[in-house]
Amino acid sequence: MAVKLMQGNEAIALGAVAAGCRFYAGYPITPSTEVAEVLSRELPKVGGKFIQMEDEIASMAAIIGASVGGLKSMTATSGPGFSLMQENIGYAAMTEIPCVVVDVQRLGPSTGQPTAASQGDVMQARWGTHGDHPIIALSPISVRQSFDLTIKAFDLSEKFRTPVILLTDEIIGHMREPVELPDFKTIRSEEYRVTAPGQEYIPFRNESGDVPPLANFGVGYRYHITGLYHDQVGFPTQRLDEIDPWLERVNTKLDKHLDEIALVEEDYQDGAKVALLSYGCSARTARHALKLARAQGKKVDMLTLFTIWPFPERQVEALGERVDRIIVPEMNLGQLAYEVERMAGRKKVRRVVRANGEMVTPQMVLEAMEG
Amino acid sequence: MSEHILEAHTLEEHEALIPQANWFERSETLQKLRKNKKFPTIWCSGCGIGVVMGALIRAIDHLGLKNDDVALVAGIGCTARMPVYMDFNTLHTTHGRALAFATGLKIARPDMKVIAIMGDGDALAIGGNHFIHAARRNLGITALVVNNAIYGMTGGQYSPTTPVGGKATTAPYGNVEPPFPVCELAIAAGATYVARSTVYHALELDKFLAEAIAKDGFSLVEAVSYCHTTYGRLNKLGTAADMMRALKDNTIAKPTFDKLSAEEQAANTKIVRGNFVNIERPQYTNVYSNLITRVQGGEK
Amino acid sequence: MTAKLSPRTEIRLAGEGGQGMILAGIILAEAAAIYDGKNAVQTQSYGPEARGGASKAEVVIASGEIDHPEVLNADVVVALSQEAFKKFASSVKPGGLLIVDEEKVDSTSAPQAIRIPVTKMAFETTGTVALGVLVGLTGVVSREAIEKAVTARAPRGTEEMNHKALDAGFTAAEKARK
Repeated sequence: MAVKLMQGNEAIALGAVAAGCRFYAGYPITPSTEVAEVLSRELPKVGGKFIQMEDEIASMAAIIGASVGGLKSMTATSGPGFSLMQENIGYAAMTEIPCVVVDVQRLGPSTGQPTAASQGDVMQARWGTHGDHPIIALSPISVRQSFDLTIKAFDLSEKFRTPVILLTDEIIGHMREPVELPDFKTIRSEEYRVTAPGQEYIPFRNESGDVPPLANFGVGYRYHITGLYHDQVGFPTQRLDEIDPWLERVNTKLDKHLDEIALVEEDYQDGAKVALLSYGCSARTARHALKLARAQGKKVDMLTLFTIWPFPERQVEALGERVDRIIVPEMNLGQLAYEVERMAGRKKVRRVVRANGEMVTPQMVLEAMEG
Repeated sequence: MSEHILEAHTLEEHEALIPQANWFERSETLQKLRKNKKFPTIWCSGCGIGVVMGALIRAIDHLGLKNDDVALVAGIGCTARMPVYMDFNTLHTTHGRALAFATGLKIARPDMKVIAIMGDGDALAIGGNHFIHAARRNLGITALVVNNAIYGMTGGQYSPTTPVGGKATTAPYGNVEPPFPVCELAIAAGATYVARSTVYHALELDKFLAEAIAKDGFSLVEAVSYCHTTYGRLNKLGTAADMMRALKDNTIAKPTFDKLSAEEQAANTKIVRGNFVNIERPQYTNVYSNLITRVQGGEK
Repeated sequence: MTAKLSPRTEIRLAGEGGQGMILAGIILAEAAAIYDGKNAVQTQSYGPEARGGASKAEVVIASGEIDHPEVLNADVVVALSQEAFKKFASSVKPGGLLIVDEEKVDSTSAPQAIRIPVTKMAFETTGTVALGVLVGLTGVVSREAIEKAVTARAPRGTEEMNHKALDAGFTAAEKARK
């Protein structure tokens, strides 16, 4: 394909089509709406289905329903809608139904500033539901990566039977950059589901490994799915000897695959005592500052996180052992910095934060390197 | 092995405790129940919801549908527990959202019969928005609303169908809010098949449910039931049998109602049972399928 | 006059919603990235209103990677409304270029401003005129590139009108140079 100037949100929509997404349900909300607009146009062309639901709660419910029916499914929203989706995101986590939720972060809380950028949903993406469960959240730093990580989000969601959040922001979502997308036919997506009848099928079998495969409805297995704690065949249970193995399996199912899930980029220099750590739009600022600092002869490390959740603990802990100071620029009051502090120690972490809709500037990052 | 029927965890155990125990095998209809489910049901003895479950099974059986081709989607509440006992593709979702989940499932699998099973609070309070929009879209789903005019599972709070003056744990001085008429709401929102009966008139429910499931459009069946455990107790309405009898006495069939004079109809306080709407409108998944054909045919 | 552009050239186009500032930003970025083989990042901000309200597009053009996507120290500011002038005139770097709408903006506080009656020249294609002026004065992209980009983006049937507007902008830039 030729080079095109494209918005991050458009790249997400096209990434979804390339990944085999064939159902989208959503509710209009700035600054995510372009995802819906592009998919309403593109999905029917490939036999996919688009529906504008009555609210975000319904959108989230509909994509889970469609996923159970066998279609790879996605929704997109922003902060207020993401809040409304939380109960059903928890349902998808509990029932282990794959789906992708795009959150184009805007300034909150509440209605906040619809057209202003933010990275204020970092913790909501992790802990927005009630109860404990694993979740995956990916955060792109460019238009091209918006495309690539959307494809990755679908693969991880199907493979690990978990909702995956694509946690982007107004800057990356609305920003236009030149990109050359690959031919969609070259994008292979693996089939993890049970799509044919005739096998013995136990939908939530703990002995089937970390992730028992999901059978689509209508294939011939007629099993039960519930948001209640359930036994291995899916029926509600209050028995601890059935609940405990479920808790153990589900809450550790990502742990054994962290190296596959944790996408990071380490740009390290021998002898660096200061590091920058960032993600999403703020990583662009950090990289800008990094180049300025290095041009002045300073040694600085840069760790960019593309996977926010599960938090790349091993990599951040190792960085904490390398350097004396980790500077964390982000467009909130320090949500990801909490996690960095947890792994590297509070004293090593310096927050460079802004939560008023304006980007952190490279100058602010440079200043944090001094003194 | 359990010794008392209430402690039986499986149908087999249940069956073993009943004299002349081959009742399960003797009934083809009952084969649609799940054998390995932890029976008995969670419902109080005397509850009307089981009657509706029976009617639903008979309706599906009557239509000759394959179990694999039927999906039951439910929300939260006493009624919403119904799918777990039946041998179909069953999805027990979040409170109020059965129709929203069903929307995604139906669009993904237009060939499947998707039935959303809800109570009155589930369908019309927390799920009211989804109810009217599913009807407006004319999505080919059957909405089965078991209306017992109360939140039973949480212990008897007033619902959007509790009569004015009715007592509930959150309406100790009597309910002050007018109720929703379920069928009329569905009609106004665009449903193409709408019918109401009661758990006393079980065979009528069979018929209405069969017609509703056969309909290619959004269909609603309101099954009027009762909750003797909460509403009945709070309002001194007697036993389950008394409340069942009241349904017999306080309803009027639509053909009889239609013959009444305008004045008599206006003065009627009985629940009207019958099929109120049976019309044709383009069904959503057919319309969307045509859209795909048009777009793939090159339409811009 | 001509501005001395940085290797990372930062351009801010600001006006009222409906003046086509964001589309102008997109066209400029496409001229750079698609037709001139450079890198470009375009960002924007706007009020919630579809028409009216403040509207701002930013374009950063460079030959290599562009990290921070927004304008930090503008090489060029185009202000087509008084509000835009008030907000952004001071953001142009020393030696940078400030272009204002002669009729809509009272720019007496910025004597160095280039004053061109952009809106009067072409009401329907204000943004395109502004692009002609901007490219004419800076050479930030080639004339060929901006012409191709305008052709590609102009709504069908308005290509000629937009090219006339672009030419008018270049002509105005010529005059302003003298």
